[in-house]
Amino acid sequence: MSERELGRKLDRCLADGVIKLGTGLGLGIVFSVLFFKRHTWPISLGSGAGLGMAYSNCQNDLRSHYLLHRNQKVGLDEETT
Amino acid sequence: MLRLLLRGAAGSARKNGGRGPVAHLQPLRQYSSSQSSGAAKVVAASLLTVGGGIGGTVLYAQWDHKFRATVEKNVPYSDSVFGLILGPAPQNAGPPVRTQLESTQPQSMLEKRAKTSKVQSEKKVKGTTETEAIEPTPTVSVPAASMEEASVEATQIISASGDVPSVPAPCDTEPTVVTEHCDECHPAGPEAVLHGADSPTEQLVERPAEEVSARLAQQDQDEQNVLAAVSSSLEESLACSARAALQAIGAQEAALQAINQHTQKLKEAMEAESPPEEKSVQWKDLEAALMDRTSAVTDATAALQKANEALDSLRTTIRNSKDLKVAAARPLVLAAEENLHKMAVDLDRVVAQVQSAEAESKIVSQYSDLVQEAKLQFQKEVSSLTPEIQANWKGLTGKLSSDDLNALIAHAHRRIDQLNRELAEQRVREQIHIDAALQQQKLEDQRVLENAVSSSLQHVKEEARLEQERKMNELREVMEAEMRTQLRRQAAAHTDHVRDVLKVQEQELRAEAEQVLSSKLLDQETRHRQLTQEQLDNFTLDMNAAYARLKGVEEAIDSHLVAEDEARRAHQLWLSVEALNHTLKTAGAEEPSVPLDSAAQIVRDSCREDDFASALAEALPAESLSRGVYGEASLRARFNSLRSLVRRVALIDESHNSLYQYFLSYLQAALLFEDQQVAPPTQLSSEDLDPFKLLSYASYCLEHGELELAAKLVNQLKGEARRVVEDWLTEARLTLETRQVVSLLSAYANAVGLGTTQAP
Repeated sequence: MSERELGRKLDRCLADGVIKLGTGLGLGIVFSVLFFKRHTWPISLGSGAGLGMAYSNCQNDLRSHYLLHRNQKVGLDEETT
Repeated sequence: MLRLLLRGAAGSARKNGGRGPVAHLQPLRQYSSSQSSGAAKVVAASLLTVGGGIGGTVLYAQWDHKFRATVEKNVPYSDSVFGLILGPAPQNAGPPVRTQLESTQPQSMLEKRAKTSKVQSEKKVKGTTETEAIEPTPTVSVPAASMEEASVEATQIISASGDVPSVPAPCDTEPTVVTEHCDECHPAGPEAVLHGADSPTEQLVERPAEEVSARLAQQDQDEQNVLAAVSSSLEESLACSARAALQAIGAQEAALQAINQHTQKLKEAMEAESPPEEKSVQWKDLEAALMDRTSAVTDATAALQKANEALDSLRTTIRNSKDLKVAAARPLVLAAEENLHKMAVDLDRVVAQVQSAEAESKIVSQYSDLVQEAKLQFQKEVSSLTPEIQANWKGLTGKLSSDDLNALIAHAHRRIDQLNRELAEQRVREQIHIDAALQQQKLEDQRVLENAVSSSLQHVKEEARLEQERKMNELREVMEAEMRTQLRRQAAAHTDHVRDVLKVQEQELRAEAEQVLSSKLLDQETRHRQLTQEQLDNFTLDMNAAYARLKGVEEAIDSHLVAEDEARRAHQLWLSVEALNHTLKTAGAEEPSVPLDSAAQIVRDSCREDDFASALAEALPAESLSRGVYGEASLRARFNSLRSLVRRVALIDESHNSLYQYFLSYLQAALLFEDQQVAPPTQLSSEDLDPFKLLSYASYCLEHGELELAAKLVNQLKGEARRVVEDWLTEARLTLETRQVVSLLSAYANAVGLGTTQAP
């Protein structure tokens, strides 16, 4: 269903965001803990990066239909899922 | 009929598929009953035709036997059928080769034919009578009479045919002997002619012929009787006279013999110098011979007399028979006359012989007397001279003495002298004696000559007369024959002429009759042909009509079948389309319908021959077939759920598709309020292409069941909204397509069903 696509995408985005955020956060935390002496900036960096990546991914994902620079077949396959 | 039933049953069995035959039996039964009624008609018609043909054949065979024979020959067991119905076939004995048409000829033709045949037979009879008359009794009158009758008859025929009074050929040229019979004929002839002229044509030929033949027979009979009498009398007298003549001749010959014997004996007695005993024996023999001779002569004369009497009687009978003037007896008479003449001649001859023999014997006796006398004289002399010497001195040469001898010689000398003197005297008187003798002889000769001449003259006359008679007879016969031939020729010519005339007539009549016959025949033929043609035409018409009806019935049945087939198919199609329709309705709230594949398959099966329907059935989208379609309600529901999403992504398109835009679009959706449902305008302007408006239009349409319009409106969405509703749109399109196809099919099925449904 095409109407669920968005939802799915958003879910993915969200999931991806959460993961990236979490991962970033985690990494940030880890880095901050490990390498950056519990500064918050790696956490925020990490989370921000994570978030940003998620945002970007989400955006790309949401735009992906309009881009169509990949292999058509693969794109179509992706489209049809 | 059975074939049709089977065809119908097979068709229905083929087409039925999943359906039971129950629904189809009713119409089938109707069709079969209508088929059976049509078949019954055909059966009845054929039975009628066959019965009519058989009846007509039987009737015609009863009327025409030749046809019956032909049919019996060609068709086996038909003779038994005919025998049962008509009875045994009549046998055709009688005149052969009588065709059917001869029976329809007018009776006159047959009569004429019979008449001519009768005439011919009569003529034949006449000819036979003629020949009969001619052969046994070659008379002149009978053939003349028959000729007469034939000519009379011919003239009668001619008179009958031409109504020309004709006189029969006269027969006056015949000698008087025949006139009697001609006279008989003449009254018969004219009588017959009159009779013929008066009586009708058919009887004319019959009666005179009978009369004539009767008369002829009578005449023949009479003549035969007379002839028989005459011949018998002639024969009797002939026999008697012949006997008498023979007897006379025999007697005369016996007399002749006796006379000759006597003379011979006498000669012997005179000349022989035998001893006295033998001489006495001789004299005794001589006397016996003389006795014989006299007796024989008397017998001969008696016989001669008797013969003469018989000849006279014969002559009288001949004269009588001549007086009778029967022509048939003439040869007999002639023969009798000839016989008579012969007998007379013989008798005369024999008598002459006897007479000559008698004369000779007389001479001889005279001579013997003289010799006897001389002998006696000599004896006397010798005895006077030598008394002791016996008579027979020839044997006494040794016994006589010289004196006796001298005396004897002297006597002899004296005798010689005497005799010389006598001789001289005789010589002197010789002439006179000779003259006298000659005279006597002459007289004698004269007399004899006269007698002979007279007798021979008589004979010659008789012969001449006989010859003349014979010649006359011959001539008469010749003339008769010639006359007969001439008459025959005439009759032949007449008959030829008559035959020619008859032939011509016959030809004319035949031509006429043939013409009539041919015309009648033509009429009959044409009528018959007409009738047969009519019959044929009628029959053909009937057959054609029956055939046409049969064909019509068949076609009707076929068309019925076809129509029924079509109706069934239409029904089938309709049912399948209904099923399809129904399957469409099985679409649940959130589920699609049952896959339409089976229904579509059914539809495809039910519309195999229908191109339109099959095309339509093919036009069903594959998705619907495999997966089924969503119902309108589900689509509506889905749309309703979509709507919010579409609202949320209303701003997103190719250019604006960042996340921020998304946020903005979400914000817009949250903040913008539009009417839930707005009726769409008839024409969309550019500002109506706003997604929110479109959505409200679509909602309105959906709410009002216009999925198509809603789809159209939704189709105007662009960008992400469009992407979002793509599936819905596809589904809606699918549903719409399917519904369209199904509705088309249903309409078509309905139309076909309406078309094939027969109004009662």
